[in-house]
Amino acid sequence: MSALDLFSMLFGLMLATFVGFYVIQNVSRLLHTPLMSLTNAISAIAIVGSVIIAGEQKSTFSTVLGAVAVFASVTNIVSGFLITDRMLKMFKEKGRS
Amino acid sequence: MSELVTQFSYLVAATLFIFSLRWLNRPKTARQGVFAGVAGMAAAVFGTLLHPEIVNFTWIAIAVVAGTLVGVPLSRVPLTAVPQRTAISHAFGGLAAGLVGTAKYAIWLQDGELTAFRTGAIVVEVILGFLTFTGSLMAAGKLQEVIPTRPITYRGQNAVNLSLLAVAVVAGVWLVVDPTQSQLFPVIVGLSLAFGVLLIIPIGGADMPTVISLLNSYAGLSAVAMGFVLENQLLIVAGALDGSSGLILSIIMCRAMNRSFTNVLFGAFGQVQTKAVAAEAKPVKSATAQDAADYLINAQRVVFVPGYGMAVAQAQHRVREIYDELSKRGVDVRFAIHPVAGRMPGHMNVLLAEAEIPYESLVEMDEINPELPQTDVCVVVGANDVVNPAARTDKSSPIYGMPIIDADKARVVLANKRSMNPGFAGIDNALYTADNTLMVFGDAKAVLGDIAAALRAEGEGKAAA
Repeated sequence: MSALDLFSMLFGLMLATFVGFYVIQNVSRLLHTPLMSLTNAISAIAIVGSVIIAGEQKSTFSTVLGAVAVFASVTNIVSGFLITDRMLKMFKEKGRS
Repeated sequence: MSELVTQFSYLVAATLFIFSLRWLNRPKTARQGVFAGVAGMAAAVFGTLLHPEIVNFTWIAIAVVAGTLVGVPLSRVPLTAVPQRTAISHAFGGLAAGLVGTAKYAIWLQDGELTAFRTGAIVVEVILGFLTFTGSLMAAGKLQEVIPTRPITYRGQNAVNLSLLAVAVVAGVWLVVDPTQSQLFPVIVGLSLAFGVLLIIPIGGADMPTVISLLNSYAGLSAVAMGFVLENQLLIVAGALDGSSGLILSIIMCRAMNRSFTNVLFGAFGQVQTKAVAAEAKPVKSATAQDAADYLINAQRVVFVPGYGMAVAQAQHRVREIYDELSKRGVDVRFAIHPVAGRMPGHMNVLLAEAEIPYESLVEMDEINPELPQTDVCVVVGANDVVNPAARTDKSSPIYGMPIIDADKARVVLANKRSMNPGFAGIDNALYTADNTLMVFGDAKAVLGDIAAALRAEGEGKAAA
């Protein structure tokens, strides 16, 4: 990996952190619990790394670790998105319940 | 060619994730945000499956099926258990990061491809991932109350914890200098796992909202570290979004309790007060459910201050009945939500939304406080520390300086409690002995049910007359 690659990753990190701060500061406090379960599901993007390790089968050791990581990530994706939607459905306006 | 498609799908995924969080800013667009998140995840997984390195899908398929089987029931837990579920999901996030880091180290060690940079990124990923894993499991255990919620402390605790972490970091640096010293790797893993446990055991139950937010942040950071290991921008972006979200929530929680991070992590808050409190036992005025109903009927403005105790007693539906009865009579009823009400950020809002209380009636602490002096009746249900006037007046109180809901400033305070035992944080509350406070003792669900019944009876009596 060249130094250039490292810097492009650091740029991504820096920009995403700023975007994250601004976007999340605007999230209503009403919705902080769904926010946490949604970001949970999104950070299960670790599945991207886990799937490759489980699928490239370099060794039994790495395959098993990869498969467990896929399991953990899928659990977070499935339960995270489902529970976020379940909670959001409960928020009702006045006169619409 | 497939590499281009993969990278493009990652770009789409990152964009959708940002929109997903953007749309969560208000209840009206929030569900759209979930769909954007799901679409982004689908794009990311699609792009990943195109990778030519993947030679076998068996293990992936088994893991996906198993994950779905566990994930679906986890999404159906009662809302009081959402904090535990969240903690478990931080644990899984940390575990995935730790395992991927470990697998990558093993693979690169075998192939002789370990550079100093890769090793360094792996060390960070593994330390963060595994400490998040065990730390979050401990937090989940405390929230589920399978582990004592009281802080577990011993002499020299902080020194022990910090030296464990220091040894792990030193071993990590050594590994970066010489990546082939593979015997160091299990040491780093073991120390990180142990550090996660030891970090959480001295933290009391009342601090769980902050701890969960902080662990959320760690889980995000471990995904960022994984992004550096795998040289994957999408992981870095998604991890950074998660990390900054956790950090913002932790800051909000800390401010709401007037504490600093160091104080939460190393202060062992919530220990039982040892000073004698029996000396200043003031008389308590108590009232029946019928008395409470009479006060409520004659009020124009009513503010409820709900706490986690209300949810434990499953009383939120009774609260809703009282809300309906009073609204019918034109009484203005609102709910004062303290940022740390419940056991995670925003928990109380979700619990009240489940009882179908419209979200416009849920008001934040800073907005409702100026209105409490003009409030006729303030009903405190299952809340304790967040309405404790000692936070404003008593410098010796452990919660001194914490922003509170000024329930005591209302004309009449109706406080429901099972008995006069101190609350979750084990601190006495002067609100209960104040001159304008009437205690309505009993189980929250039963008491509020009686009040609702009294209100209904009064309404029917009027209709008959």
